[in-house]
Parts: sequence; C-alpha cells; structure tokens
Amino acid sequence: MRWRDTFRSGFEAILGHGLRSLLTILGIMIGIAAVILTVGLGQGAQSTVNSAISALGSNLLVVTPGSTTGSGGVRGGFGSASTLTLADANALGSKRVAPNVIAVAPQAETVEVLTAGSSNWTTSVVGSTASWAEVRDRQLQEGGFFTRQQVSGADDVAVLGSTTASELFGAKSPIDQTVTVNGVVLTVIGELTSAGSSGSTNLDDMAIVPITTTQQQLFTGTFATSVSTIYCEANSSSGLSGAYQEIDDELLAAHHIAQPSEADFTITSQTTIASTANSVNRTLTDLLAGIAGISLLVGGIGVMNIMLVSVTERVREIGLRKALGAPPTDIRRQFLVEASSLGLLGGIGGVLAGLLGTVILPHLQSNPVTISPLATAVAIVVAIAIGLVFGVYPATRAARLSPIDALRSE
Amino acid sequence: MAAGSADSVAVDLAVDDMSEPTGRVPRVEGGEPTGRIPRVDVDGDPTLAVRSPVIDMKHLWKTYRPGSLAVHALRGVTLNVDRGEFVAVMGPSGSGKSTLMHIMGCLDIPTSGTYELSGEDVSEMSENSLAHIRNREIGFVFQQYNLLPRLTAWRNVELPLMYARVPAPERRRRALASLQQVGLAERVDHRPTELSGGQQQRVALARALVTNPALLLADEPTGNLDTASALEILGLLQDLHRSGRTVVLITHEPDVAAVAGRVLRIRDGQIDSEEVAA
Repeated sequence: MRWRDTFRSGFEAILGHGLRSLLTILGIMIGIAAVILTVGLGQGAQSTVNSAISALGSNLLVVTPGSTTGSGGVRGGFGSASTLTLADANALGSKRVAPNVIAVAPQAETVEVLTAGSSNWTTSVVGSTASWAEVRDRQLQEGGFFTRQQVSGADDVAVLGSTTASELFGAKSPIDQTVTVNGVVLTVIGELTSAGSSGSTNLDDMAIVPITTTQQQLFTGTFATSVSTIYCEANSSSGLSGAYQEIDDELLAAHHIAQPSEADFTITSQTTIASTANSVNRTLTDLLAGIAGISLLVGGIGVMNIMLVSVTERVREIGLRKALGAPPTDIRRQFLVEASSLGLLGGIGGVLAGLLGTVILPHLQSNPVTISPLATAVAIVVAIAIGLVFGVYPATRAARLSPIDALRSE
Repeated sequence: MAAGSADSVAVDLAVDDMSEPTGRVPRVEGGEPTGRIPRVDVDGDPTLAVRSPVIDMKHLWKTYRPGSLAVHALRGVTLNVDRGEFVAVMGPSGSGKSTLMHIMGCLDIPTSGTYELSGEDVSEMSENSLAHIRNREIGFVFQQYNLLPRLTAWRNVELPLMYARVPAPERRRRALASLQQVGLAERVDHRPTELSGGQQQRVALARALVTNPALLLADEPTGNLDTASALEILGLLQDLHRSGRTVVLITHEPDVAAVAGRVLRIRDGQIDSEEVAA
C-alpha cells in the first residue's frame, strides 16, 4: 500500500472510533502536559533563584570566618571564628593587594534595641563602610548613605531599613530623627528602598551604622574588634576568579597561615550559591519530571491496550485485507501509523494543554513557568515515539494473524 | 438456472471423452490411502496439453496436528480447472471442502503435493508472495460479504487495488467500472449498511473482479441471501463465466451447484465424484 493510503486508513480508523481514540489521546496528552509543565516550573524556579542571588549584588564574593584549629592543635570553641577584622577589609580594599576587587564592605552585626521617643524596636545593627550600599546593590528611598568621611570620623549617624523605619517612626519620615542605641544617640540620614527577604533574612529590617562608630561606641567584646562578613565586589564576572585568588592569598598571608587547607575563613561566590540552589532545584525538577514521565508511560500503555483491543476487534477486517492481498508488512504499517498518530495527536494536545497551563499556573502559585520551544518539540517527538513503541506489539500481532482464522472469527 | 451453463457443458463434454453416460467422471486420482476411486490418467488426455489450466493440483495433502494426533483434512487431491470453466465444489461440513478452498485461494499451503495457479507453483510460497498472488490472481466472494462497514461501496471495491499500489484516480475509475458491471452504478457512494444483502454481495463481487483475476473463488456466496437475491448473484456468476471468467463455487446446496458446468463432490478429504451438468 502507498504511504498516502496507509496514513489515510490510519486516520479513518482513528476517526471511526472517536470516543475511544479521544480517551487514548487524553492519556498521552496528560502525560506530555505534565512533563512540559514540571520542566517549565523547574526552569522558572531556577530563573527565580538566579535572579534572587544576583540581587545580592553583582560579582560578589563573600568572606566569612571559619572554624579554626589553634597552633597547639586545640580546636577553637565559641567565638574562635571571629577571625576577620576591619584591618583585613581595609587590606582587601587596597588596589595594590587586590586589583580585581573594586569595592569592599565589611559587616559587623549584633542585635540591639533601638529607641526613638516612646517607641523601641529590636533589630540587627550593622556596622559597615561607605561602599556597603554599592556592594550590596541597595538603593535609598530617602536621604543619603553615610560617606567615607563620616566613616573615618566615626559620626553618630544611621541608615534604616524600611521596616525598621516604619516600626520606629510610623508613617513619618525618619530623616533627621534620632534613635538611641546603647545610650548613643544616632541621627537618621537615610532610609533604604525595600528589597524583600533573602532566605530567612529580612533585608528591610536593619540599621546600618559606620563601622568605626559601632567599634568605638556601640559594640563590646569580640563584636567590637572583628567583622562577621566581608563583601567584596569584583570588577567583572571574568575578574571573579582573579579576585577570589587575591583575597585568598592576602588573608592567608595576613593571618600567617601556610596551608590553604587550614584557612580560618571561607570565600563564597554567588556562582557557588547559585549552583547549590540550582542543583537542589534540578533534583526537584528531575523528581517531578520522573513522576510525569511515569504518567506518560501509563499513557503509552493505554495506547498499547487500545491498539490490542483494536486488533482483536478488527480481526475479520485484517483477515479480509490479507485475503485481498495485503502483505504482513502493510498490515503492520497500518497499525503502527494508527498508534503513532494517536501519539502525535496526544503530543499536540499535551503541548496545547501545557501552554494553557503556563497561562493559568502563575495565577495559582508564585513561581513563573518557562516553556522552551525545544522542550515542546522533544515532547511531540517523544509522544510519536511512545505511540510507535507501544504500537509495535499490537501491529506485529495483527500482521501475524492467519487470514483463515481471521476470516473465520465472528 | 442450469440453462446458462450449456455452452460450458459442451466444452467439457468435448474435452472429456472418457465421460460415462451417467455424467460421472471419476477422473480424479485421490485414493492414495484407500484406493477407493479408480485411477484415471489425466495426462493421457491429448487435449489437455493445448489447454491452459488455471488450477492444477496434484496429490495435495493437508495434515493438521492440533495435538499428538494428525488430522488429514485433504488426502491426496488431484484436480484441474481450465481457463473459462465454471466448477462447483460440493461437500458436507468436515469434508475438507473449506481446506481445499483455502489452499485454492492461496490462503494456506498444502502439507505435500503441488499446486500450480496460472502456471505458477504456489505450494511452497512465502506469506508475502502468497499475499501478492492472492492480490493479483484471485478474486474472493465470501458468504459474509466481508465489506468494511465504514467505507462506501466504491472504496470497498478499490481496496485490492490499494494493495496493488495502483494510483488513486485509476483505482476510482476501475472501481466504478467494476460496480457498473454488477449493476450497482447508482449505489457507488452508499455504505454497506445502506444496501440490501444482495446488493452487498454484488459489491463484494465487484471487489473480486476489480483486479481482473485469473480465478473467481466464491465460498457459499448465496448462503446468507433470500432466494431472489441468490438467483441474482448466481445469474451474475453465470454471466461472468459466459464472458470468459474462470469461476470456482464452493457450496453445500445442490441447487446452487447446479449452475456450474462441472460439479466436484468432496468427502473425507478426497474427491468423491465428479459430474458434468446436463
């Protein structure tokens, strides 16, 4: 039989059993739509995580103190990890030491009670330098950030996060108001634009004070001498690894550590954070896609089941076609075309349902859904392949039917 | 009913100079296990050399082994059907009639013996070659009509041409011509359910004719029809025979067999007797 006639016979058979074909197609359709949507959700979540991480600031390297082992082999207990100092941060800020680092923002923070008039609010007080806003990629909603001069002068000024400001001053503008921390009166000179939360940290609930002020007047003990984090901004994404190396070398030298494995600090880049987050995401996506894949498999078994029913039901027709001169290859091909057409229709339906899902889903949950044209094309090919694979057995059974037995059956 | 076969009888009588006054011609050699039927040497007939047989079966055996026991459906059947002959095969159920028809129609192959169809040995052919032979050389008419219910009359008729890979326009042309030949030119776009039993069987006949086969093989073609429709179909078969077609009719009804020029009776897997219509 010619291919054109084979396709025509296949489609006529599908149309001839409208409801049955529709249900079979539905099985494949749901599977394909599920795969497309879970993969799309995964990709959407990945891009959300990536944008959240890049919101931390661009080309950022984060230096944090690590747990240390002392010179006598005694492992440090609590507080031993406060190994980073303002001096470290200042050294990294030098163009000569770290040419790839364009800005450094050390951060020392403790939780303190802020008082303004009759209201008070407990929040984290962050001591940092003038480059904090740039390095952390934060904007000011009102007022300005403290300057290099204000830092070197250890001025009694503060910049508040939007949550902190509204808790202390309500709807009033906090600019030029004063807050009292540990008996020190600070003048509010700016309010940060809201940035939401990163992980469990509320980025809008904090007070940023020049680090000199925190060290000299606000903090006591190790908090007064060490910093908890040093944020370093590299000049470009390609300079990131160079900056990493420079920071690592400088800090190892400054801390007199000969073996890099004994370093008392950790340098993390956004890329490592992003890749960790993405690998978690990918695992979840793979899991969901696996479950969706199982539903696709069930759809495929549905096709096989229907094709077997179709072969059994059409035994007489097969016998007749054979008697009229259809060779086994033609019979097999006809059923394969029928099965793969069911797969194709299911695939197209699944892609349409998936596209509909991308319109509806974002209204039901916060994550965006991204569908790539490649995934769509692959889904349709997979659907046809499923029809073909699960059609082989029924088609072979049809082709092997003896025309005599087939014609004799009722 | 038998009037139409007069000319074929004349031919048969002219050829069969061994025919007895009773019309019973035991010319078939079939008694290998029992030796019940007297052996007649057909090859000795000088006229057979010039005639081209459509069917030439020699010593056909068909043995089924459903279990450990062998069942002989055919026990050495030898028979010839010449071009343009109208032959009826009669026999009760279980006689081997169906098996003979299956082998004759190339739906099955014999266990032993040779079968030449239009001069081609088909007794050991592969399934694919048999399909090709069926498509080209044989037109089937079944008791159940076996039309595809979803297809219109002409699309049912074009089916064998599809397997012969004939282009679509020619298929339609030939299907319509074939339907006209059986008097259904007005019903080409009707589905089988919209046609009477007789009309359905005529569509089946048109389908059998459309490939212009060497042999028209009709298996109980009137079994499901009322008398009037049955007469119609038998008339058509006679017309086709008169126009030169070779027809083999398988039936258990003597009335039906009577339209044929020659009647073969089969019993216990052997040709029991042969009779030329008066």
